[in-house]
Amino acid sequence: MKSLLFFTTAVALTAQATPDQLLHADKTPANWLTYSGNYNGQRHSPLTQITPANAKDLEMKWVFQADTLQKMEASPIVVDGVMYFTQAPNDVVAVDAKTGRMFWIYQHRVSPDARLCCGQVNRGLAIHFDKAGDTLFLGTLDARLIALDAKNGKVLWDTQVADPKLGYSITEAPLVVKDKVILGPAGGEYGIRGFFAAWDVKTGKELWKVYTVPAAGEPGVETWSGDSWKHGSAASWNTGSYDPDVNLVYYGTGNPGPDWNPDVRLGDNLYSCSVLALDADTGKLKWHFQFTPHDAADWDAAIVPILADIDWKGARRKVLLSANRNGFFYVLDRTTGKFLQGTPFVHQTWAAGLDENGRPIRLPNTEPTVEGTKLYPGMQGGTNWYAPSFSPRTGLFYVSAWKDYYSFFSKLPVTFNEGQMYFGGATKSAVQPIKRGPINSWTDVAGHGEVIALDPQTGKEKWAFKMHDVTDSGLMTTASDLLFTGSREGYFWALDARTGVPLWHAITGGQISAAPVSYMVDGKQYIAISANHSVFAFGLR
Amino acid sequence: MKLLALLTLALPLLAQQHGTDPVQLDTGARIYSANCSVCHGPDGDQVSGVELKRGKFRRASTDDELAKIIQTGIPGTAMPPNAIGSGNLVALVAYLHAMRDFKTKKVALGNAAGGKVVFEGKGGCTACHRVNGKGSHMALDLSDVGAVRTPGYLEDALLEPETVNLPQHRYIHATTLRGEKVSGRRMNEDTLTLQIIDSNERLRSLTKADLRSYEIEKETRMPNYRDKLTATERADVIAWLVSLKGSAK
Repeated sequence: MKSLLFFTTAVALTAQATPDQLLHADKTPANWLTYSGNYNGQRHSPLTQITPANAKDLEMKWVFQADTLQKMEASPIVVDGVMYFTQAPNDVVAVDAKTGRMFWIYQHRVSPDARLCCGQVNRGLAIHFDKAGDTLFLGTLDARLIALDAKNGKVLWDTQVADPKLGYSITEAPLVVKDKVILGPAGGEYGIRGFFAAWDVKTGKELWKVYTVPAAGEPGVETWSGDSWKHGSAASWNTGSYDPDVNLVYYGTGNPGPDWNPDVRLGDNLYSCSVLALDADTGKLKWHFQFTPHDAADWDAAIVPILADIDWKGARRKVLLSANRNGFFYVLDRTTGKFLQGTPFVHQTWAAGLDENGRPIRLPNTEPTVEGTKLYPGMQGGTNWYAPSFSPRTGLFYVSAWKDYYSFFSKLPVTFNEGQMYFGGATKSAVQPIKRGPINSWTDVAGHGEVIALDPQTGKEKWAFKMHDVTDSGLMTTASDLLFTGSREGYFWALDARTGVPLWHAITGGQISAAPVSYMVDGKQYIAISANHSVFAFGLR
Repeated sequence: MKLLALLTLALPLLAQQHGTDPVQLDTGARIYSANCSVCHGPDGDQVSGVELKRGKFRRASTDDELAKIIQTGIPGTAMPPNAIGSGNLVALVAYLHAMRDFKTKKVALGNAAGGKVVFEGKGGCTACHRVNGKGSHMALDLSDVGAVRTPGYLEDALLEPETVNLPQHRYIHATTLRGEKVSGRRMNEDTLTLQIIDSNERLRSLTKADLRSYEIEKETRMPNYRDKLTATERADVIAWLVSLKGSAK
């Protein structure tokens, strides 16, 4: 009887499933409806049951262990007490968000043609709400986009997005905007030609497609010497954000190809290492901002762009906040793309600073050499794709940073071969770039991880929470001023979002390379996180 | 079905990390030494028409294909299937790409039997190191060092230990809140804890919150053998160490 009451409450909180539900995710805080929880990318939960005062009473409620040893990078979505997430290689799982018990599993068999730079990873799902039935969307390692019935995991449609033999794959969670599902392919290490496209949620019909590298005759192609644009990469491997007021989706793009031999692609290499603002209805490029022109370090701009409305020099302003692999933290006007501010957030040795347009002033002798060029930050960057967070309450931008981390960048002669790695060099660092084994006593010389809080008004660091190892974890803040994050070490932390003071931690026993989410079932708030190949859910005792 | 399983193993490879990480390359070199050098030779050029150091492989154009060949072998040739786990396979492929520039110093080997005598006697090596159950646990167990390290590396370890003794083998000194002094070799560390083998050869895990102080020694404890041993004795010790391939296979 009691649980029935709670159930009724939960339903009231989640309201009706309508296409508009995604627009008003903040009105259904019990749910976590998109990769970032909300279109604005803030990864900020309005839930307040778990607080700095009671965080010490958090305990594990359930754990789900996948039948795979491949690490999870997915951020679950949660709708009315049902959690949807992915496990390697491209399985979709629906579980009871209160117990972790499974409703259904969909298993996509990945084609042997798939070519993957960085493991069988997937970062999650998108959902479209409709009175006729809700649909989940999955991008696959063999570059398919698959629509599933959210009630039973049956395939509704399945379309080939690009040719996996050429190195195209999909690792990011799709983004649903109105009646379209949007994504772009990964493959930046194979010399693909990156793009974004939108498909009809009902039929899978492609509605628009825009390349991230201009072709001959198109504006911007002059930023690529010769025919180098053909293999220019600028891939996409992380979800974008959406501002319904201006109807723009914002996506970061990846490195130009080849990664570390920039001599074969002289010029700025648009639109690599950029954030793009695209019209959600047509895909038309409204503006772009390139963080690292002529990148030679693999400094993708894959991090989720955070959209925030803040007071800026005396007036309310719609800004886009982004910390980049290149070591700078940016504030842009998201309506026009105008550069407002950029400040280093980690030690960096490659730029004298940014000019008034935000363009880096590159120092001499900072490009890869045959012998190797030492640069801070290293190849993985000052941060990478690790989900950042913004709290409208504290006004702070939070991000996982790799401090005092360097790499040697070396370049090698390179020729393009279809479907093959297109690196043009190599990098070397004492820190393993993506995953390390269980032993670590290195980082006193090689760099370490921190969660840092940056004030967008000044770019200054407000507080830092230091870890021994580097961290690949995403972050989440709550409206009770908590910040949750994981670590390579397997600790899952609750920090005070105002001070960075650790309030609680759990030991998950595996590297955390995903971002936390929060949701509510039967009146109780949960925090979920993927660690290595398991999903953990925590709640109050 | 089998093919599918192999592909699944091979897929995690393909990494941006290939050829970038010194620890991984060391692992790859060890796997190479253990599995490949018998036929291919230490320099990868002993099979007619195959030069592994070129980094180009006739039958493999991608890391996947290379890994698959290593795992399944090449039917109709002397290349056998090799059961190498996916993690080691990643390291091996990385090493194959990097071996051209990998430490290639050539070192003359002496008499292994004589080296054993020096190792256990004049050199005093067993005061810290252990080989096949004999010696201390305080420094690394060298029972399989010949499978892991090249003669050139071992010579460097004797002549310039500060260049090869990585920070993960450093000693630490800690004082607990209760005033207990603990010293030992650091085996592992994270934000909250520290795993060591202490000076009594006990495996201990320390919680940093329980420590009053904690220091890592800046220098290696490995002595420099330039003056402690003659060149002949060093060559003998290196020959002995190179012969140590580990008993378990």
